[in-house]
Amino acid sequence: MAEFALPKNSRITKGKTWPKPDGGADPRAFRIYRWDPDSGANPRLDSYYLDLDKCGPMVLDAIIMIKNEIDPTLTFRRSCREGICGSCAMNIDGINTLACTYGLDEIRGEVKIYPLPHLEVVKDLIPDLTHFYAQHASVKPWLETETPAPEREWRQSIEDREKLDGLYECVMCACCSTACPSYWWNSERYLGPAALLHAYRWLIDSRDEAAGERLDDLEDPFRLYRCHTIMSCTKTCPKGLNPAKAIAEIKKMMIERQV
Amino acid sequence: MADLNRGNRPLSPHLQIYRPQLTSVLSIFHRMTGVGLTLGVVLLVWWLIAAATSPGYFAVVDGLLTSWLGYLVLLGLTWALAYHMLNGIRHLVWDLGYGFEMQTAERSGIAVVIGSGVLSVLLWLVA
Repeated sequence: MAEFALPKNSRITKGKTWPKPDGGADPRAFRIYRWDPDSGANPRLDSYYLDLDKCGPMVLDAIIMIKNEIDPTLTFRRSCREGICGSCAMNIDGINTLACTYGLDEIRGEVKIYPLPHLEVVKDLIPDLTHFYAQHASVKPWLETETPAPEREWRQSIEDREKLDGLYECVMCACCSTACPSYWWNSERYLGPAALLHAYRWLIDSRDEAAGERLDDLEDPFRLYRCHTIMSCTKTCPKGLNPAKAIAEIKKMMIERQV
Repeated sequence: MADLNRGNRPLSPHLQIYRPQLTSVLSIFHRMTGVGLTLGVVLLVWWLIAAATSPGYFAVVDGLLTSWLGYLVLLGLTWALAYHMLNGIRHLVWDLGYGFEMQTAERSGIAVVIGSGVLSVLLWLVA
């Protein structure tokens, strides 16, 4: 059942306001979600101020600057800083995206940053993705074959390879799944857009020989069919992919194998 | 994982902070109009039962439904019906695998909103 309100221990309290930078005409305000597992206190929203003239162009540049120059305890994941690792996924200005590819110039007014929605928080902007990864593993995201492996590689035509475009680029950042209201209310049983996009990527791979079993595994009122085409996944994907369409294609495959 | 459920981890905010979008707002309206229409059917059945019960009872219920408040509810139900039907067609097109490009999905959403308004007005002009 959908729980709309946050549990008592998760309600956000007013946090600390950190000092503004010296000089600099008009510093930009950042409101950032903080939770310290060691304190036992509720999460809070801290305010920081940066002179953007001295900061790089991306949101990730800003939070790195905060960590380096204002508050070294601010905790977040980041790695590649070019949108290929998916580590710095967070909720910025009300949408899920990658801090490293989201420009500060795309945000008007104060910059609000929260961890990815409706997940357990490990610390500050770091959510626990254990369950999300387990769901990904549950769709068997690898080549399943019956026939003995060929002496060299599994061949694939150019046309068949093209079917994987728009799917293989997914970096598993979890922006889409944690943008999905249906995933918020049903994530213990609904696989969510990211895992389903990967399921489709293997379903249509010309070399894969387990499409039947893959569809059997998905044929379930929750695992696949909790998708109600809300489209929040596609709207928010920082890689410009279309999980909603991938899920619709799986639903079509379910029907097609019955007729 | 060793640190699963360590401490009293909070749930990160969701509805409270996620920016409403055209597509998600229209989606929740589809759900709400669906629920509203179910209640509307109850209203209709009540009206029919009243008609089958006695002229006096029917006069009371009919009076209620044709009061200004009753008309307002009926107008709302007309729009809900038009919206739910047109958006239902949008869903059928999606189920066929079309219209998933974000721009198309947003345009079809706007078309459904405008269409449901036009259809409601037409229904009231005809009926």
